[in-house]
Amino acid sequence: MLNYIWLAMVVLAVVLGGVNGRIEAVTKAAVDSASGAVTIALGLIGVMALWLGIVKIAEDSGLMALLARVIAPVLKWLFPDVPKGHPAMASMTMNIAANMLGLSNAATPLGIKAMEDLETLNRRPGVATNAMCTFLTINTASLQLIPATMIGVMASAGSGDPAAIIGTTIAATFCALTAGVTAVKILEKIPLFAVDRGGDAR
Amino acid sequence: MMQQIMGTISAWAIPLFLVAIPLYGMAKGVKVYESFVEGAKGGFQTAIRIIPYLVAILVAVGMLRAAGAIEMLSRGLGPLLAWLRFPVEVLPLALMRPLSGGGSLGIVTELIQVHGPDSFIGRLAATAYGSTETTFYVLAVYFGAVGIKKARHAVFAGLVADVVSIVAAITFCRLAFA
Repeated sequence: MLNYIWLAMVVLAVVLGGVNGRIEAVTKAAVDSASGAVTIALGLIGVMALWLGIVKIAEDSGLMALLARVIAPVLKWLFPDVPKGHPAMASMTMNIAANMLGLSNAATPLGIKAMEDLETLNRRPGVATNAMCTFLTINTASLQLIPATMIGVMASAGSGDPAAIIGTTIAATFCALTAGVTAVKILEKIPLFAVDRGGDAR
Repeated sequence: MMQQIMGTISAWAIPLFLVAIPLYGMAKGVKVYESFVEGAKGGFQTAIRIIPYLVAILVAVGMLRAAGAIEMLSRGLGPLLAWLRFPVEVLPLALMRPLSGGGSLGIVTELIQVHGPDSFIGRLAATAYGSTETTFYVLAVYFGAVGIKKARHAVFAGLVADVVSIVAAITFCRLAFA
């Protein structure tokens, strides 16, 4: 799937760039985005280390295991392949909590930690498991309860009521999340996406 | 009110986490400093592991944007979607949102400035931006961290959520603000 999507994006960009007479801009974007990606990844090192350190303390003290046991009944139907009390349950819960509070600096490292915990259950390295796809989908639909960035943009644009969008945003988020989880649960049963096909048409 | 409570919780959440977890660890007899350093070691490798995936996705997205693909697609799809009563002003935002967080933030800010923050379009744009995440970025970072190359159905499911979020944003904004 990603092979096709990625190739289509690159081919389309070069063709359209040529048609629109913006081929120099396309070149520049390719080079700039490549170095930008490294800047983003390097910027993650610090927060990643911070949260992995804190999570390690939580693991060593038994706090993660406790959290995993408490939250298991809630997450069980979303992640049936993750055993009860598995560390992934705890790290996924912490990621979801951080997302809801809009703490993206904490949510991303905790989400990556959750993926690493899910990877310990993966028998096919390089191929996403059902639980990984479900967890990713939950993260691609925003979980934030208060859209702080947008409230800030509204306020600085001189809105009379910057908080007016909270209700509509939460409602739309909830619909997107429900649709995403429903889609992921239906699609995981389709043979085209089966694990033994490598989950990939090619 | 709700906003203030949430703001307070958000402001205190990280400091509380940073103090509560080591305190609990200490109470359980964990050598907290040694434990922290041991865990933090992983930060470097994880961040480095993401780089190839992030480069692949961000380069493709960056090239598409620079080529003017979003504008072309908006112009192409516009008449059809207008016929379906889709507010075409937010179409470039809807197309950009799954691809680039920075790009879509730019579009929202512009829409809010042009149409006014308390206009229907301004509020719709803000709602649409806030109700979903940058699917391809999340994919690159999360799957990249564990070396997942075959994403299976995750891309589709993420895009389903994106489409539903824009339709839901339009529906709820019409109910609330129109």
